[in-house]
Amino acid sequence: MAEVHLPPMLSPLFPGLPRQLEVEAATVDEAIARLNEQWPGLRDRLVEPGPALRPHINVYVDRERGGLDSALEPSSRVDVIAAISGG
Amino acid sequence: MSKSLLLVGTRKGLFVLESDDRRDWSVRGPYCESWPVYNAALDRDSGTIYAAASSEWFGSAIWRSADLGETWEHSSEGLGYPDGDELKLSKVSYVMPAHGRLLVGAEAAGLFESTDGGKTFSLMTTFEGQEGREAWNDPAQQPPGHLGLSAIIPHPDEADHFWVIVQGYSLFETTDGGQTWTPRNKGLRRDWPAEYEEIGFCVHKVAPASDFERMYQQNHVGMHRSDDGGKSWTEITGGLPTEFGFAAATHPHDRDTSYVIPLDPGHGRTMPDGKAAVWRTRDAGSSWEQLGRGLPGKNAYVGVLREGMTIDSDDAPGLYFGTSTGQLFGSLDEGESWGQIGGLFPGITSVAVAAVD
Repeated sequence: MAEVHLPPMLSPLFPGLPRQLEVEAATVDEAIARLNEQWPGLRDRLVEPGPALRPHINVYVDRERGGLDSALEPSSRVDVIAAISGG
Repeated sequence: MSKSLLLVGTRKGLFVLESDDRRDWSVRGPYCESWPVYNAALDRDSGTIYAAASSEWFGSAIWRSADLGETWEHSSEGLGYPDGDELKLSKVSYVMPAHGRLLVGAEAAGLFESTDGGKTFSLMTTFEGQEGREAWNDPAQQPPGHLGLSAIIPHPDEADHFWVIVQGYSLFETTDGGQTWTPRNKGLRRDWPAEYEEIGFCVHKVAPASDFERMYQQNHVGMHRSDDGGKSWTEITGGLPTEFGFAAATHPHDRDTSYVIPLDPGHGRTMPDGKAAVWRTRDAGSSWEQLGRGLPGKNAYVGVLREGMTIDSDDAPGLYFGTSTGQLFGSLDEGESWGQIGGLFPGITSVAVAAVD
């Protein structure tokens, strides 16, 4: 199962959502869909119509910049990063 | 005994202020995880607070609290234009509960509704077929921070009757629950070439009297009054220090009394001469008087946004406004004198008031 790491700002939006969890999925998009099943609305926070990752959300798969279509291996590590921006 | 609630939307979340006497206020917040809040409103029927908020990271959602702010949930299910649509939702800019449903305005300009208390939403209209629609949805023609559908004004007695503002273009009225829309700009001044006959008016704020026949409007080039529910307008700018401003509020028990905060019309958009003041008419706009006792009389280069002023419905109504730099002021004597409320807030985008038991 892929190991997914979520940004700290996301967890307060969904009661019980941990920062790190394991998901069985073949792609990033599928991993987000699995999380959305357990925490409805989570996909909307990361993905905009298109569909595409929101402009200030980045995903790294095994430390390489990825996207919704990026393939996952059972041993993959997925980091969802909220861009450092704002003021 | 009822208490008063002030819902203060800011660039860093929503604050809820509570008072038994409208003089001493307790401050709670910031709520909505400090997302930028565009406006908030209390649904008197359900007792739920709703806030329209949009995060740079996580997109837009309507937040709701059934316990006056203690706990919150949010949803954006259905709040968006279809995949592949030419329109893209950049923010939810307005939320208004009325007659058992929730209406939501968005940018790009569209109107959504929820009939389950803000859990799910469906698109009501994007004003297809309206003159000028291509222009107001063209990013190249939009000002920074474009709000799209910037206000929703429900009729208090008629569920299918409400007005909306499409920023920079028009006030629209529907009497059939949003199926058809009529531009309501007749008599408004515009100081730019008219590309369209009936739209192309930069409506900032509409503040109706309680009869909803008398309305006041602050727009880009003046104050205006309507005596027929927005069907026609007469300019009433004479006597004000500038024609420009955003915020306005009308007395709940006297249709001839209304308040406005004039601003310098240039890029600064702050109060003229650095002197904080609210201006009041008691004769439906024939004359205006400056009110400022208790407000900073000099070096006050502050602005107030379009949802930044409100008035309650008490017998002696309380008037409140918040600045885009985070100061909140209130008056309990019809604007004659003012005091600062709370502390220093993030930039204030909206102020709403409600009485709760």
